[in-house]
Amino acid sequence: MVESALVDWSRLQFALTAGYHWLFVPLTLGLAVIMATMESLYVVTGDEFWKKTTKFWMKLFAINFAVGIATGIILEFEFGTNWSNYSWFVGDIFGAPLAIEGIFAFFMEATFFAVMFFGWEKVSKRFHLAATWLTGIGAAISAVWILVANSWMQHPVGMEFNPDTVRHEMVDFWALVLNPVAISKFFHSVFSGWMTGAIFVIGISCWYLMKKRETRFAMASIRVAAIVGIIGTFAVMLSGDSSGIQAAKYQPMKLAAAEGLEEGGPRAPFSIVPGVEIPGMLSILATHDLDGYVPGINNLLDGYTSPDGVQHPSAEEKIARGKRAIEAFGQYRTLQASDPAAAAEARRVLEENMAYFGYGYLTSREELVPPVGLIYWAFRVMVGVGGALLLLMFVVLWAERRGRLPQMKWLLWASLLAIPLVYLAGQAGWIVAEVGRQPWVIEGLLPVKAAVSSVSVGAVQTTFFLFVVIFTLFLLIELRILMKAIVTGPQIENE
Amino acid sequence: MRNPLRTIYNFYVEGFRNMTWGRELWWLILLKVIILFAVLRLFFFTPTLAGKSEEQRIEHVGNQLTNQ
Repeated sequence: MVESALVDWSRLQFALTAGYHWLFVPLTLGLAVIMATMESLYVVTGDEFWKKTTKFWMKLFAINFAVGIATGIILEFEFGTNWSNYSWFVGDIFGAPLAIEGIFAFFMEATFFAVMFFGWEKVSKRFHLAATWLTGIGAAISAVWILVANSWMQHPVGMEFNPDTVRHEMVDFWALVLNPVAISKFFHSVFSGWMTGAIFVIGISCWYLMKKRETRFAMASIRVAAIVGIIGTFAVMLSGDSSGIQAAKYQPMKLAAAEGLEEGGPRAPFSIVPGVEIPGMLSILATHDLDGYVPGINNLLDGYTSPDGVQHPSAEEKIARGKRAIEAFGQYRTLQASDPAAAAEARRVLEENMAYFGYGYLTSREELVPPVGLIYWAFRVMVGVGGALLLLMFVVLWAERRGRLPQMKWLLWASLLAIPLVYLAGQAGWIVAEVGRQPWVIEGLLPVKAAVSSVSVGAVQTTFFLFVVIFTLFLLIELRILMKAIVTGPQIENE
Repeated sequence: MRNPLRTIYNFYVEGFRNMTWGRELWWLILLKVIILFAVLRLFFFTPTLAGKSEEQRIEHVGNQLTNQ
């Protein structure tokens, strides 16, 4: 049996690494769109002001990119070392999208990134603009493949388990790519990046206004960023709605945990905070129907019949079927050479119960419930902060259009303080997505405790602390370079 | 007619040569890549299945998944 300390440390290390990686990705995605919009204004108007404005934000984009680059590679190291069972078990499903991402991202970024930074005076305006847009589009396309792989873990489709190779094999590439969870997750993640980029630009521009410098630059940047941010936030809301529907269909325990919903049913209420509920709202959000049935935690554990007549087995039944699948898998492996007929029968039992394979590793029904408190509050932080930031962007845009923004000190401070908040909302979103799917690495097929490698706890602890020290140092270096660039400023008004 | 490969090569070389603030970032990237691959990957993140043949990997993971 795998030590629980090993599972906890491996999981904590992965969470920390992924969380750290996600500090840089959303700003890359969002800032790319903002600077490309600014450069488009330069090409359309011919006004040098927009060129200098673009160049300044491009500089901050490069700093963020330089520090963020390769932070994702650590995750791949961890797959091989700490999660070898998982890495082998998922097979091509995970390898193919990541390989495409690696090759595609490398060539796209190496080409267009270079034109963007080295090509200002060497290529035509329009070619340069195309390179800037393509850098942003390339970053978003990179995200597609990562999110396709992640979504397969949330809702495994387009694959079959091969007991001979102990791997999953892709049988339908398009089912994998067009996984509805992947589509929602892609738009939700990319547009949350737009929000991050917008709040970052608005916050820094407001700092210039507080310091009474670079006023034209700051006001123009705020205008572009607020529009991008508002569009992004509405897209985040739409894709979030779609994610809610997907969670209700494919990961009902995640949804029940995010709502702290113990007993479900039709007209399920939505909890704003504990004790304050909107009747029927959860049913509307999860099924787009006031009378839609939403199972609660207890219903999912006890088993229930949904309104369409489908019987959903209890936790105990799923665990029993999972154990049958694992036992049949073991028998198939041992009997293959000596008794082909018995092996064929074992394979039939395995295939019959494969959907519950992962449940066989669980010892109690309680293991199926993710940490409710953490997910409940993370969801509220994500939605609450997101809503507040949308309001902030509307107010900032209104004040900028009226020319009142430089005098509204409280709004300038609020915008500056919004920068850490947008990161908080992004991290909270990933907590909902990833902690919410616990105990699963692959929904229903592999729990975290069966996915870890048999390495020593000490080894995982060592790399955990090593990672904390090294990457905190890198983060501090980035912040120092970033601050230096911001304090120096675009210097447009000094020329 | 100019060789397109030569043009691309010169584009990169001149770009790197004329860098100002970007130089600091490239040192940072280089330092990070060295730490990642020459230290972390080499000494701390050895793949658990490294050095095993395909059959040995199947055997290893199969045993891990059936003996828990």
